[in-house]
Amino acid sequence: MSNIIKDLEIHQLRTDLPDFKAGDKVAVHYVIKEGNKERPQIFQGDVIQRNGEGATETFTVRKISNGVGVERIFPVQSPKIAKIELLKKGKVRRAKIFYLRGLTGKKARIQEKI
Amino acid sequence: MQRLIGKKIGMTSVFNTEGNNIPCTVIEAGPCVVTQVKTKEKEGVNAFQLAWGDKKEKHWKKTEVGHFKASGSTPKKVTVDVRDPRIERKVGEVIDSTVFNEGEYVDVIANSKGKGFQGVVKRHGFAGVGESTHGQHNRLRAPGSIGACSTPSRVFKGTRMAGRTGNNRVKVINLEIIKIYPDKNLILVKGAVPGYNGTTVILEK
Repeated sequence: MSNIIKDLEIHQLRTDLPDFKAGDKVAVHYVIKEGNKERPQIFQGDVIQRNGEGATETFTVRKISNGVGVERIFPVQSPKIAKIELLKKGKVRRAKIFYLRGLTGKKARIQEKI
Repeated sequence: MQRLIGKKIGMTSVFNTEGNNIPCTVIEAGPCVVTQVKTKEKEGVNAFQLAWGDKKEKHWKKTEVGHFKASGSTPKKVTVDVRDPRIERKVGEVIDSTVFNEGEYVDVIANSKGKGFQGVVKRHGFAGVGESTHGQHNRLRAPGSIGACSTPSRVFKGTRMAGRTGNNRVKVINLEIIKIYPDKNLILVKGAVPGYNGTTVILEK
């Protein structure tokens, strides 16, 4: 990424978010609008990747909902993210843990990093 | 018509007040110098010439040095004519990103990326044959018929076929200006702009 873009982005980057990476269990409080009311909706699951850098960076959270795998992609810098709760640090060997998609049940657990 | 010459820097995201993610292209535009005022009587066209982009001294040509002397500038990389009878400019005037305002819509002209030799599906948006089963062998992306038989016993000129794609001058119209940084000569337009990062672009209003 060019230095010019880095300089532009630097003052719109958020500093209030916890340091999280693939394998971590998080709860994302994402603000949604219902009529003219706003409320945070919580999406809880495992981070399976962080993609990109700077203002365009995104992360993918995967959870199993009623036996179906659900993935959601959030922009890291989005102002709609009210808060990210870091629930568990995971111990994984990769930066992108897509192998989790093929696993279910006990095999899909991630060891906790202590 | 206002014009400004610049360089594509790359893309980024800007979040607006509603929290929506707006994809933006960063363009380093201006400052441009008016290097010549052309008239109908002398040059055959009413226009003024804008120049942008510094050149190293070792690349200067004597003819260029002479041409740019009138405006008090050094030889520049790119020159563009602006034909608009409503705008009067003097030689030597400097135009920068303040000719545009945030929220305005501009057109962006640039050379698109070269794609090499491409088939008709990518090049002209043909639909292809449609089905991959029912006896189709290897003609999924084929153009189909290119004309009738003994009348006219030739292929019409301009029939769309495979060939070299991209690397054309492309104008993308109505891109919204999201932000302007006059001190850094940077303009953020909404959406994508043709060409590689670092390519020369012309902004037009």
